[in-house]
Amino acid sequence: MALVSVRGLTKSFQRDSQPITVFDGLDLEFAEGSFTALMGPSGSGKSTLLNLIAGLDQPTSGTVTVGDAVVSAMGPGALAVWRSRHVGFVFQSYNLLPVLTAYQNVELPLLLTRLSKAERHDHVMTALGVVGLTDRAEHFPRQMSGGQEQRVAIARAVVSDPTIILLDEPTGQLDARSAAEVLELLQRLNREFHKTIIMVTHDPHAAQAAGMTLHLDKGVLTA
Amino acid sequence: MKIPLIYNVRSLARRPVSSAMTAVGVALVVGVFIAMLALANGFKVALVRTGAPDNVIVLRKGADSELSSGISRDNAAIIAALPEIAVAADGQPLVSPEVFVPTNLEAASGGDAQLVVTRGVTTRAFEVRRGVHIVAGRNFIPGRDEIIIGSAIAPRLAHSAVGDTIRLAGRGWLVAGHFSAGGSAFESEVWGENEQLMPALRGQVYQVVAFRLRDPALFDEAKQTLEKDPRLQVDAHRESEFYASQSLVLRQILDFLAVFITGIMAVGAVFGAVNTMYAAVASRTSEIAVLLTLGFKPRSILASFLAEATFLALVGGLLGCLVAIPINGIVTSTTNWSSFSMIAFSFRVTPGILAGGVLFSIVMGVVGGFFPARRASRMPVVQAIR
Amino acid sequence: MKFFPLVWANLTRHKRRTVLTTLSVALALFLFASLRSVLTTLRAGAEVGSESRMIVQSAKAIVFFLPMSYRERLLAVPGVQAVTWADWFGGVYQDPKNFFASFAADPESYLDMYRSDFTLPADQRAAFIKERTACIVGQHLLEKYGWKLGQNVTLQGTIFQGDWTFTIRGVYHATSPAFSEDALMFHYEMVYERYPGWVQPGWYVLQLKDPSLAPQVAAAIDSEFKNSSDPTKTGTERAFNAGFVTMWGNVSFLMDSIGMAVVFAILLVAANSMMLSARERTNEVGVLKTVGFSDRLLFGLVMAEASTIALGGAVLGLGAAKALYRPTGFSAMGFLPGFDVTAGTLALGLGIAVVLALASGLVPAWTAARLSAVAALRHVE
Repeated sequence: MALVSVRGLTKSFQRDSQPITVFDGLDLEFAEGSFTALMGPSGSGKSTLLNLIAGLDQPTSGTVTVGDAVVSAMGPGALAVWRSRHVGFVFQSYNLLPVLTAYQNVELPLLLTRLSKAERHDHVMTALGVVGLTDRAEHFPRQMSGGQEQRVAIARAVVSDPTIILLDEPTGQLDARSAAEVLELLQRLNREFHKTIIMVTHDPHAAQAAGMTLHLDKGVLTA
Repeated sequence: MKIPLIYNVRSLARRPVSSAMTAVGVALVVGVFIAMLALANGFKVALVRTGAPDNVIVLRKGADSELSSGISRDNAAIIAALPEIAVAADGQPLVSPEVFVPTNLEAASGGDAQLVVTRGVTTRAFEVRRGVHIVAGRNFIPGRDEIIIGSAIAPRLAHSAVGDTIRLAGRGWLVAGHFSAGGSAFESEVWGENEQLMPALRGQVYQVVAFRLRDPALFDEAKQTLEKDPRLQVDAHRESEFYASQSLVLRQILDFLAVFITGIMAVGAVFGAVNTMYAAVASRTSEIAVLLTLGFKPRSILASFLAEATFLALVGGLLGCLVAIPINGIVTSTTNWSSFSMIAFSFRVTPGILAGGVLFSIVMGVVGGFFPARRASRMPVVQAIR
Repeated sequence: MKFFPLVWANLTRHKRRTVLTTLSVALALFLFASLRSVLTTLRAGAEVGSESRMIVQSAKAIVFFLPMSYRERLLAVPGVQAVTWADWFGGVYQDPKNFFASFAADPESYLDMYRSDFTLPADQRAAFIKERTACIVGQHLLEKYGWKLGQNVTLQGTIFQGDWTFTIRGVYHATSPAFSEDALMFHYEMVYERYPGWVQPGWYVLQLKDPSLAPQVAAAIDSEFKNSSDPTKTGTERAFNAGFVTMWGNVSFLMDSIGMAVVFAILLVAANSMMLSARERTNEVGVLKTVGFSDRLLFGLVMAEASTIALGGAVLGLGAAKALYRPTGFSAMGFLPGFDVTAGTLALGLGIAVVLALASGLVPAWTAARLSAVAALRHVE
């Protein structure tokens, strides 16, 4: 059954007074427990779609629904709360806070909950365990390799047990081996923990790790 | 400097808010600096101008101000016979015996009475004590109950307009006119005729005898003669030195305040400049890398960033000067503790003080910019490119 | 608060910047507290002094004597319980820089008048009253010059010519802030006998039966002598002291103006610092928002950062001022006795710190709150 549902999605914006239309009435669904790779050339709107699903951006018209939440209709305050509970986001450039340790970075989403310090500790260590980096808990990002940073970022994305995990080019800055590690981790999350994953990528290798691949070109699904 | 200054100016313009804040901070420090020095200078000028090097004032031995002195009429006559005294056009010696008494006068604002120096003089005083001119009304007429009021103090007193009757020492006096005295302390005084004032004030004794030397070099001789005379028991002082020393305590206080206050403010402003420059360097690492790759030497980088900081501080300094200049001429008043009476004086901004302010801003810029500039110059190219 | 590690981490990211900014705030508030304390100390000096004692001086000016004959007439005024008198001596001890108060007073009546303001052993009091050439000095003055009981002290007269030698027969301790321990008092008779035709009381001090009688007593005395050759100006001791304070003139305005300039200058430094930090963290704001941190929370985090700097600086600067002046006995060469930072000044300083936190943090906090995560993530510094 569809966990994420996109209906009649239209998105256009202004860049230097030029109107640019990214989507014009897109319909799309992502089943619960699916692991989907979104591919397409740059400018095809894949990152924008991810942002719309995460509620980071609003459509010009149409609806985006994730589970019970009509994300496209929610206000920014509600979206923030919703995101903290339901979305795990992983960026191409990891985006860990350099002033925080791995532990503290992973703990970030939990600070928005009412969990006690001890409870937060459990969740963080579990997440770090899943990504295999418990021994790096007290290290700073600058002390880790790119692959390790990305795994910490994934730990952060899963620590609050979100409904969906969204990844924007997660292997873009990694070497082949680190990339493989990350993809393997994602597969585990999908198969063992039944996480619904949507991954934007233009690495065909990465796409292979996913269960299915969708192609976007100029805002339209192609074969 | 090999790297053109325009690069620095444009870089500053790219961060307009941050640059502006730093410059304004420096401007405030320089502004306060100039204001405080102008205050101290105004006070000093008022007192220093009060004396001339070829005038001598004679006080009773041991008296540290005109206030506590007393010279009898007889003694005044003995002093007037001194050969070193200059002679006026009419053949009479240029001697001015004077009464000096702080008196309570009603304040214009209606508050407590103000203590103002009342000086009893003869008409000769206007020749001996230089620079005194009537600027409103007329001079007092000898033999009448009339006084003239100094232009600096007149606005602060009640019933001080020309033609008013003012109450002084328990009697009413006609305000015949106002006088100016080149910005000196006399402008904070009330002058009247000795013979009229003495009965009302302290009786038949003068406080000071002032006279003009035929030649300023004769001072030491005159001093010797007077101080050795067993009949007299007096001290002789050069007029200019005497009034300068009177203001010493207050001037020391003002100088101390100026240094203390602006010193602390300057440290704060420099910290601000340091922050700004470090941030600027950090954000321009790729630019520095390019410059180094192109072949500019590290010391040119240092010079460039140092110039940027100094330029910014200089802009602030000039701004501070602009803001501070209008205070020139503003009149304020305080108590001269030596005479125990009020002295009104004005802020005096001089080109020297302004130059000092500008120099101060440059120093702040150099001090604030040095370490950031050094960091920029020491950046390894490889790191900078990353 | 559980978010404090985040705030702290951001503050320590640029330790030097944080330290310099905090120090700037500390310096500014130190300066502010110092300047303000000049005002409060002056004002405190104006409020010291008994309400049941009155000073009668010459209306012409304080430097004029009042006739001795006034003593009887003052005693006769309804409401007046006791009368004493004194003359300012203004002597110099060895060097004009050694300034302290010296005056001649009628020994018994003066000591009686001020008995609630100081302590003096009975035997010393008796010795002083008995001996014409004796003097009493305050404990602080004694310590300052290393004098001893029984020692001779010579002053050079400024108003009363010549050298005057007194023997210290008593050392008093002040029990009231109005009474200075930096004074030397001797017998009025000493100056009177030197200049019998000239010297008279410089001022009279009256003890009222009831402080509420002050206005009537003042009016009665001043109107009685108004048209004589020695008119009087009568007021409470407190008003008399206040009069000296006003002699400073425009000091309060000057201090306030400088204080404002200082605070404003430092505001710029703090605001600049916050701004620089904020700009560098735009990207992070985007990440935090993606994780689900609300606009409001981010606003709060930035404000917390600004507040830590401002309040930390306040504690440092105000604390230093408080700790510096009182214990070291600073008194600006005697012009500002009892110089201290009052609780009111501290409160005002803290208030300024709060305003500082708001002013320096508001714009970056607002910007962080309003920033769209998407735009923030795209932002490259």
